Amino acid sequence: MTPDLAPDLAPDLECVDLVKRFGDTTAVDNVSFTVPPGSFFSILGPSGCGKTTIMRMIAGFLEPTSGDIRIKGGSVLDVAPNKRPVNMVFQHLALFPMMTIAENIGYGLRRRGLPKDQITRKVGEALERIGLPGIGGRKVDELSGGQKQRVAIARCMVLEPDVLLLDEPLGALDLKLREHMKVELKALQAAFDTTFVYITHDQSEALVMSDQIAVMNHGRFEQVGTGQDLYYRPDTPFVAGFIGDSNRWTGRVERTEGEAIEMRTDSGLVMRASGAGLKAGDRAEIFVRPESIRLASSAEALSVFDNRLQGTVTSILFNGAASRILVEDGVGETLEVTLPQSGEFAALKRGDAVHIGWGSVQGTCFGRIA
Amino acid sequence: MRAETRIGFILLLTPLVLWLGLLIVIPHIDMALISLRERISFGVYEPSLAQYEKALTEPLYLRTFGRTAVMSVLATAITLLVAFPVAYYIAKMAKGRLQQVLFLLCLIPFYVSELVRTFGWMILLRETGLISSLMQWVGLADQPVEMLYNDAAMMVGLVYTSMLFMVVPLVTTLESLDDSVIEAGYDLGGNGWSVLREIIIPHAMPGVVSGCIVVFMLSLGNYLTPTMLGGKDSLWFTEMIYNQFIVRSNWELGAAFGFMLLVLSSAIVWGMLRLTGRTLQETMG
Repeated sequence: MTPDLAPDLAPDLECVDLVKRFGDTTAVDNVSFTVPPGSFFSILGPSGCGKTTIMRMIAGFLEPTSGDIRIKGGSVLDVAPNKRPVNMVFQHLALFPMMTIAENIGYGLRRRGLPKDQITRKVGEALERIGLPGIGGRKVDELSGGQKQRVAIARCMVLEPDVLLLDEPLGALDLKLREHMKVELKALQAAFDTTFVYITHDQSEALVMSDQIAVMNHGRFEQVGTGQDLYYRPDTPFVAGFIGDSNRWTGRVERTEGEAIEMRTDSGLVMRASGAGLKAGDRAEIFVRPESIRLASSAEALSVFDNRLQGTVTSILFNGAASRILVEDGVGETLEVTLPQSGEFAALKRGDAVHIGWGSVQGTCFGRIA
Repeated sequence: MRAETRIGFILLLTPLVLWLGLLIVIPHIDMALISLRERISFGVYEPSLAQYEKALTEPLYLRTFGRTAVMSVLATAITLLVAFPVAYYIAKMAKGRLQQVLFLLCLIPFYVSELVRTFGWMILLRETGLISSLMQWVGLADQPVEMLYNDAAMMVGLVYTSMLFMVVPLVTTLESLDDSVIEAGYDLGGNGWSVLREIIIPHAMPGVVSGCIVVFMLSLGNYLTPTMLGGKDSLWFTEMIYNQFIVRSNWELGAAFGFMLLVLSSAIVWGMLRLTGRTLQETMG
């Protein structure tokens, strides 16, 4: 953990026009990004989008078809995986079952030929750091899922890599532990002060932990930004649909005024939303999040919103804090609306009439290629 | 219900008990009794340790005994060295169909009887055989070369016969090694050699040990290959047993030899397990 006393300006990791083809399929299509030192960078995408391919190229297990990978400013394309200043936490952790915990953590140090006493000291420090002192003599299968997780990170971190790659390491854990490990991973990243590149298909993991998130689809980056950027200001319909849930309507734009848009949906409703680069007559799609729709028992309470609908409750999806209701509007479409837990709607049941509304700023509109 | 399960249990156990009892336990008890007696005159026997005394004092017997042990260990070691890369390739590098085809190729020699396979080697290696003729034709030799009836030919035969029994357990254990564990080995700075030594071999150890035990037993008890490829001078212990029982009709000494072989193989297997720090239970389970 030697902090850079003279911080140079080169980013820890930089990928330039990275392309990877397997036969006819392009798994990674011209991806460029930079990761500043000490940050937590996530690549978020559905399975099969090419995120694992990027990670394996950075680790050195795959060779890019074209493009460059630079670590601390220097290209690593000609560097073998075992010589790269990058370490990887594998999806199923890949701890060495034939070794004890201490031997697992010390493996990389032994490969570097460090003297025995130094290895013992460093392994002890690493165990201390992940909050599991004194477990060095145990076998891998004696540890719990969360402990293995921390050991896998420690095994990489003793080598003080410039970049730590994490390939969906929380996937195998149960929900409760996953929630806990999210917070812990973020804390470990801060403690080690190392650049983390994290890939996942779980948006909540990415949103909670990351400084920067790249949303990936079909081998390309759709958008790179902070969690807030992606959630509040998605650039593309894919991002709007992938991050969080959305109610969608497609239709034709009737009027535009700057960013404000009026669209008539295919079902005949008129809606107001915001979106850039659209003109009257364009096919478009509006995304509205369930949590930005306001629920009320009378129409007057919603007078401040410029989109108002009336409907009946068809289903209540109780899920604690994330409870929602399904509302069928006048034209027969079903919307998902978050159910406030303030007690106001505690008596709500199937078949009740409700009013819903949302502001035009809450609706994001994207043009559709007809 | 309980009575039924008990009957089922007895029925399932019966073939095993019969097999062990009739074919292993009873003959061995009889053999032990035969080996512990001495023929005084026609039809008159007396209990004695004379057979073992003879076996352990006669230099030819002892030499053959030692030589068989050493050669069997050597054959096991060579088989392991040859089979490991083959098994690694089948388990880790070959994918899909190729993997199945390669596995089948290892199996194919066992479709013909051991006798025919050994004749195959004789056709290749004998004085008028293929290799000898080829060498004369190319000009590497100016007269027929005899490659049969020596230790090398015998070793080739033993390794060849044992290959499958080493490859199968190795492939099984290597397949269970997650690819990402190997990748992690490289990722954390290991090179090919250290990954092999610290990760692959320790993981494959159960397969290595069980393969070695089977191959060692097969080599030690092999009769056909040493006799046919090694010729008259092969000095294999099983030949000695055969000679005492069939040629000399000296069942007493033959039985004593048989017991010595049993003790030897048990001792070496035990030693192998001790050396690798494993228990028989781990290896077989």
